[in-house]
Amino acid sequence: MSDKPTIIKVAGPLVVAKGMKEAKMYEVCRVSKDNLIGEVIELHGDTASIQVYEETSGVGPGEPVELTGTTLSVDLGPGLLETFYDGIQRPLKLIEEKAQSPYITRGINVPGLDRQRKWDFKATAEVGDKVGEGDVLGTVQETTLIEHRVMVPPSISGTISEIKSGNFNIEEVVAVIDTEDGKKEITMLQKWPIRIPRPTGKKLMPSEPLATGMRVLDMLFPIARGGAAAIPGPFGAGKTVTQQSLAKFCAAQVIVYIGCGERGNEMTEVLKEFPELEDPNTGEPLMKRTVLIANTSNMPVAAREASVYTGITIAEYYRDMGYDVALMADSTSRWAEAMREMSGRLEEMPGEEGYPAYLGSRTAGFYERAGAAECLGSDDRKGSLSVIGAVSPPGGDFSEPVTQNTLRVTKVFWALDAKLTYKRHFPSINWLQSYSLYTDMLGGYYSKEVAEDFSRNRVRASEILQEESKLEEIVRLVGTDSLSPREQLTLEIAKMIREDFLFQNAFDKIDAYTSLKKQYRMMRAILTFMDSALNIIDQEDFDFSKVQQLAVKEDITKCSFLPEEGMEAKFDEIEDKIRSQMNGLKEAGSGISKAAETEVAQAAA
Amino acid sequence: MSTAYKTVTDIAGPLMIVEGVEGVSYDELCEIELTNGKKRLGKVLEAREGMAVVQMFEDAQGATTEGTKVRFLKRAFEIGVSEDILGRVFSGSGRPIDGGPDIVPEKKLDINGAPINPFSREYPDDFIQTGISTIDTLNTLVRGQKLPIFSGAGLPHNQIAAQIARQARVLTDEEISSGVEAKEGATEKADEKFAVVFAAMGVTFAEAQYFQQELEKTGALSRAVMFINTADNPVVERIATPRLALTVAEYLAYEKDYHVTVIMTDMTNYCEALREVSAARKEVPGRRGYPGYLYTDLATLYERAGRIRGRNGSITQIPILSMPEDDVTHPIPDLTGYITEGQILLDRSLHQKGIFPPIIPMGSLSRLKPKAQGEGKTREDHSNMDAQLTAAYARGVEVRELAVILGESSLNDADKAFLKFSERFEKEFIQQGETENRSIFRSLEIGWDLLTELPREELKRVKDEYVDKYMPKKIDNA
Repeated sequence: MSDKPTIIKVAGPLVVAKGMKEAKMYEVCRVSKDNLIGEVIELHGDTASIQVYEETSGVGPGEPVELTGTTLSVDLGPGLLETFYDGIQRPLKLIEEKAQSPYITRGINVPGLDRQRKWDFKATAEVGDKVGEGDVLGTVQETTLIEHRVMVPPSISGTISEIKSGNFNIEEVVAVIDTEDGKKEITMLQKWPIRIPRPTGKKLMPSEPLATGMRVLDMLFPIARGGAAAIPGPFGAGKTVTQQSLAKFCAAQVIVYIGCGERGNEMTEVLKEFPELEDPNTGEPLMKRTVLIANTSNMPVAAREASVYTGITIAEYYRDMGYDVALMADSTSRWAEAMREMSGRLEEMPGEEGYPAYLGSRTAGFYERAGAAECLGSDDRKGSLSVIGAVSPPGGDFSEPVTQNTLRVTKVFWALDAKLTYKRHFPSINWLQSYSLYTDMLGGYYSKEVAEDFSRNRVRASEILQEESKLEEIVRLVGTDSLSPREQLTLEIAKMIREDFLFQNAFDKIDAYTSLKKQYRMMRAILTFMDSALNIIDQEDFDFSKVQQLAVKEDITKCSFLPEEGMEAKFDEIEDKIRSQMNGLKEAGSGISKAAETEVAQAAA
Repeated sequence: MSTAYKTVTDIAGPLMIVEGVEGVSYDELCEIELTNGKKRLGKVLEAREGMAVVQMFEDAQGATTEGTKVRFLKRAFEIGVSEDILGRVFSGSGRPIDGGPDIVPEKKLDINGAPINPFSREYPDDFIQTGISTIDTLNTLVRGQKLPIFSGAGLPHNQIAAQIARQARVLTDEEISSGVEAKEGATEKADEKFAVVFAAMGVTFAEAQYFQQELEKTGALSRAVMFINTADNPVVERIATPRLALTVAEYLAYEKDYHVTVIMTDMTNYCEALREVSAARKEVPGRRGYPGYLYTDLATLYERAGRIRGRNGSITQIPILSMPEDDVTHPIPDLTGYITEGQILLDRSLHQKGIFPPIIPMGSLSRLKPKAQGEGKTREDHSNMDAQLTAAYARGVEVRELAVILGESSLNDADKAFLKFSERFEKEFIQQGETENRSIFRSLEIGWDLLTELPREELKRVKDEYVDKYMPKKIDNA
């Protein structure tokens, strides 16, 4: 028999080939005469198991396999932003052009980055400069929002012997570096294997919040820049709406959005909306800072497994430039299921619920690629990569393996609650179940940048909400009448926090995004209401229903629709109103009761 | 003619192992000739050197290891299509069973289809009026959507699906701008063609007949294509049935500009067929014995709904599935819910109260509705009304539970109002006749009338201007 690699078995996305002595683990190969893309995932003597990223129907034993010698890598360079990729970094637009069909046909080979397009490269380093890995050689204005920093690729250092500004495509040499092993030509294109994290300098502890504009998140359960968060929830609880809101409004400079095994129409929606929506921080279209990756549920399953790695490698690349990057993966459960499917076909011994035993380590490995860090290079750039993964637990049961393995490594847990969606409470994040372990780390930032008592208000708000759930138990048993005025007030304030603060309309222009400062003022207004009520609550003739009927409550309800501009003055006004109306109650207190007495007397007469 | 192999070594359930084969490829179609001369179709599930695992699409009864001939056909499972296919009835494996001639195909299509490039999709945002208040107002169906009905044994899912198929239409421009329902006869847009594709998997003969008759009543049968696999037909055939239906739907929608509604019933039977094949292959099972790839497999069906940029037609899917023990967390409804764009949930307690259609707002959802409600699509107050009615009903139901424990007298006035609202909501809004075709405008009107039960300050989800404009004035305006 010849040693030419030949297929001996095909079963769905798994292909087994013999004559693969030279194959390396995770090496990319071209399978069959259709040139399908595959990756080696298991080696046994001279046979290799290959996961194929395209549909294998029609492929049979005896067909050839060709090894490419490289591991699965992505193209990194200018042109990533605004592009819509599939799971293995093929631009979907080019696939459509090449296939000349709205369907994804097989064996289409398109490059991740446009090799022809010219970019205006401005050299910032000079000949004679000593540079090391990660040092910035020059810049390219990639989109109106993002200046692309062309960096010395990892593991190269030396002296620049040539560098020039001008119009280049990504494969043309823009600089030459004299290294110990000779001259190295530098282009704007780097390749990086997706399964290996890109190197950074020192990792940093997260210390700044990643503002998202969503009040329940920023106020109660903040995520830090460089943090990792999980959003588990049953279907229909709002995972995707939350993820999309985050992608739209979170204060990162670059967004990588991975639609992993989800609906085709959802990706189409993102694609349609993002070029039209404005970034609230810059006013530019959101698409200018976004990279989209889609492996919809009907696309080949193996590419789903690769898509999250493709996404995070691109995200790391922008972090290395010194940007704050946020990555949304919707949904990591589909990624885990893709792993399970391949594992099953490889006939591996299954762990929990059929998932492979390495589910935990793979999940941890993925989330650990998040973080704030000093970038490589001598200019002390800092970058961060925040990862927000949606989890789709079967039946909404959070005890299943994917949710549990994810929670072990993420510090923020946003629990979506189907019951809240039934009540049309959005975002439907359960305030009793969710948590964030970053609140302490971020305290310093809040008191410096927002307000001294920001954290204190957060604690008060969550205490009130906790208290509410306890009181509701009592109410359920014995009714509201048995509650003391203080308890009734707590219930009323909790209701205000829920309905006027936590409830947020993602489809309203103003309400969809709230700045930290405004969130603080909204919460303060509610707490001011509480404090002023507490001032008079001990009066003898205190009538709780009067507090409930105060006209200012209407103003508080409408706070969420106050425009950001000039809101401070408006809030001052509202707080004054609260105090004066409450004081009105205090003064009228005795008067009211007298009037009531007269009424009774009159009625009696 | 290709080689016929007589080397079948194993037959187990729907699976067959053929040895000594050459040049067989994965997913290839094959023809199995039994000793009695009968022919069966099958496909290759696993192709190895000199061996193939074949899954039969039809009954294995009478198959023998000796004497059975297997021919590999060098192509995937295909169906011949042409516009003449409208009005025809086929078996679950695609053979005509209405006594008519075979279709003279314009072209042959692989029933597995190919994934639609998400870049080529058009986002669905056209409102479909089904004439059912709970769907139109609260769980708006959109052209190109996949919206399943989650049902249970004994619930009237078939009636609802048939009602949708009969009544579904889009609003005319004039209706949208005037907010008034068009007169009968003026409702169809002249330049649009409609078709219904129906796939029945493992349903009873009576159920299959019901659909046929319902379509016949309205004269819709001539623009319908039916694929029927009844409960006594071979189980594995069901794996091909929805694929055949969707391939025909794709042909009609994207090549012939039809707006196609695909009804698939019952997806639970389909999944069970899949489980049977998986078990026969001794695969590692996922939850409840269903194969680990159930999600992917269902997705390859459901994701075939939609619209494509530059094509006029559309595919709207209404899969029906019965949840074992009404359990929405069972793998079939669960995985379906993760793929489809919402779900219509039927509720047994509503059904027991005699309410038709027993569609419960809590748990039902249409993900695509935000883009298909409101000005230019239906009426400006639509999405406000949706949010308000659902929130108020949810509260009303909560109050009702409370009242059971504490007694109605202990409720405060607001709670009493919500209680009354929820009772009326069930009787006047959810409840409607099987042939009652309510326009969206009528549904909104009912909604506003119901909201008069509630104190004004509790209407937090509707804008003031809409209240002033649409809310009927109370006579006892105290």
